[in-house]
Amino acid sequence: MALVVDKSQRWRVLAAHLFLIVLCAVVVFPFLVVLSVSFRPGNFATGSLIPSEISFEHWRYAFGLPYQAANGQLVEPELPVLRWLWNSIKVATVSGLITLLLSTTAAYALARMKFRGRNQVLTGLMLMQMFPAVLALVAIFAIFDRIGAAFPAFGIDSHWALILAYSGGIAMHVWTIKGYYETIPYEMEEAAKVDGASPWQAFRWVLLPMALPILAVVFLLSFIGAVIEYPVASILLNTQDHLTLAVGTKLFVHEHNFRWGDFAATAILSGLPITAVFVLAQKWLISGLTAGGTKG
Amino acid sequence: MQVTSSSRRWLVPALAAVGALAVLYLVTLVYAVGQTLLAGTLLVIAALALWAYTSKKTVALRYLFPGVAAAIVFVIFPMVYTIAIGFTNYSSRNLLEYERVQQILQEETFRAPGPAYKFSLHPDAHQFRIRLEDQEDDKRVFISSALALRQPASLTVDVLPEAEAKVVIGDALPLKEVIAQQKDIKALTLRFADGKQVRMTSLREFAPAQPLYKPGADGSLTNVDTGEVLKPNFKSGFFENAAGEHKEPGFRVGVGFDHYRRIFTDKRFQEPFARIFIWTVVFSALTVLFAASLGMLLAVLLNWEGLKGRAVYRLVLFLPYAVPGFISILIFKGLFNANLGEINLILNALFGIKPAWFADPFLAKTMILIVNTWLGFPYMMVVCMGLIKSIPSDLYEASAVAGAGPITNFVSITAPLIIKPLTPLLISSFAFNFNNFVLIALLTGGRPDFLDISVPAGTTDILVSYTFRMAFQDSGQQFGLASAISTVIFLLVAAITLVQMRFTRLAQDDNGKR
Repeated sequence: MALVVDKSQRWRVLAAHLFLIVLCAVVVFPFLVVLSVSFRPGNFATGSLIPSEISFEHWRYAFGLPYQAANGQLVEPELPVLRWLWNSIKVATVSGLITLLLSTTAAYALARMKFRGRNQVLTGLMLMQMFPAVLALVAIFAIFDRIGAAFPAFGIDSHWALILAYSGGIAMHVWTIKGYYETIPYEMEEAAKVDGASPWQAFRWVLLPMALPILAVVFLLSFIGAVIEYPVASILLNTQDHLTLAVGTKLFVHEHNFRWGDFAATAILSGLPITAVFVLAQKWLISGLTAGGTKG
Repeated sequence: MQVTSSSRRWLVPALAAVGALAVLYLVTLVYAVGQTLLAGTLLVIAALALWAYTSKKTVALRYLFPGVAAAIVFVIFPMVYTIAIGFTNYSSRNLLEYERVQQILQEETFRAPGPAYKFSLHPDAHQFRIRLEDQEDDKRVFISSALALRQPASLTVDVLPEAEAKVVIGDALPLKEVIAQQKDIKALTLRFADGKQVRMTSLREFAPAQPLYKPGADGSLTNVDTGEVLKPNFKSGFFENAAGEHKEPGFRVGVGFDHYRRIFTDKRFQEPFARIFIWTVVFSALTVLFAASLGMLLAVLLNWEGLKGRAVYRLVLFLPYAVPGFISILIFKGLFNANLGEINLILNALFGIKPAWFADPFLAKTMILIVNTWLGFPYMMVVCMGLIKSIPSDLYEASAVAGAGPITNFVSITAPLIIKPLTPLLISSFAFNFNNFVLIALLTGGRPDFLDISVPAGTTDILVSYTFRMAFQDSGQQFGLASAISTVIFLLVAAITLVQMRFTRLAQDDNGKR
């Protein structure tokens, strides 16, 4: 770009590097502290960033293994971290699949068919996505409380209730998938229809296989969304064994029960896989979303 | 193909009929638990489904239906229901429907004259039996039929003399188990062969009991013991005596615009509401301002070709966005801890100060803004980087020829060109932070609380977290009031959304012209 290099250029580069390095340090600092705390004995933030003494007690705790405390006592971990992880994965997988099931066909109709009220449906979905579930918490609680009286499997403190509550958030995903369908040439299905395929067959055997990348992205998005969701899970679940990670980890850093070390190990154990998925899928996510966005 | 289509001719109606019956059963059950509104919604959806999948004219609707139905049940219905609850006195004191309260009061009993029985609880396979022993005559022993405790409603069970019952029962359960099942045992009525009834009167005793209230034709209840008359008051939602004293539990009644009147005119609610509203706006606006400025600055820097190692910086600076929020917010909660946190350790070592981040309102707000900026700038950075890439580079070449520096470049080229497409994103980020419940709930929980206000409300509470506390935490589950506030927030967010859509359209129109 700039072929003529100014004298002040060198200083500017230096200043920019300095600024960026400081900012990177600020960004990385919390994670380094947590890593260090997780290997430090005890639950207090004493000592330097590089622990003088390595201890695996917090990691043993996170994995649910008994460990020897400083006073020689054998401690059994009382918070079931792995159980929470499993609960989160279970709820997120099922609700991701349901979301996918509900939004793929709806997006097909919106992308390929002409019918009255199409624009209204699209606007409606757009508006719905703007209202966060936090505002309807009382209603969600009241509904599942009552439903639980008739069907205990879908009441308060059940994972099915949570899965159902999450499955309603399909609005954004319908838009995304619709945008992707529109990038696939319509001629492909038309050719299939000429050969005698019904709309369903054209959708199932021609369009759907080509839309696999976006389906993977949408599944991933709703999976991550369900894992990190806190408000709805916090009112629908209350038994310790039923909690998801997002609700459970909060118990570690309570004002009166500050278990910094155990939290640190738990946070790394549970945050690392999600972060890895996010960073790895990032390229896909962005390209998928922008592909969906161009015509949306 | 021929075979399937002919077999489909009867298969489809058959499936539809079975499905319709199943849905009708479900709707009846939902109606029976008192969810009239939900039952109605389900019925409408079922009818829609039946029409969509049987009519020949509804090809599009068949594909649309599952998604639209889910959105109606799980998004629109809770929204409408929230608004409806906002007009009732639904709270921990007025939790139940009128019929249920009537039923509960009619189940209240008092000790009637007659012999009492010692009782013990015995397991029988997965069920229980109750053994009664006359306190005066320990030869008179009775055994109940097997019963599964955990019944939703009250239950009457026959008891037989031990000789006639002809069952061998296991050892009595310890008192601890009895206490655990107390609620279910209390709901039991045991009936002897001669029609006499006994109920649990203490942890070890069943005794003859008689209903405390006699229902009158006008819905009133007369206390048999004292003669006091209780009348339902459909304004307050309680059964009341002549003096106007309440009898718990209360029931749900509509209260019209009472909650809204309280929010906007009652001093006790108006003041915290106003303060919290102002903080909510300040919080969202400052967050957007800080995150967007930092993000934009970084985007400009990272697009600068003279800078080496930009890919590494980009990856590191993206981290806060990639780590799940519930983890990073809790990490900061630990880091900022006044006595044990790393931040204060460092500040103490460097400057000898230990700020009370969670106890001082101003510091708590500062902390929230720091954390939220940290969480929010990577998104802004990525967005701005994309926008800057789309600026044609000949503009910068021209300005370089004219001898402009980086600041001139930024002010007269970059900023004006990206601010317009950025505006809708800034507004939606504002709307998001307006409802950023997770941050407040996990970081401060709204604390420190206002000391000069009688309602529990915190200096760092934003509207949604204030609503949440009102509904699910310290002030007695005021679902009605909380829903009314939710409705007010609904309207505010809707207004913000409309503004945003207007801006989006403006931006699009602009792009179209170019």
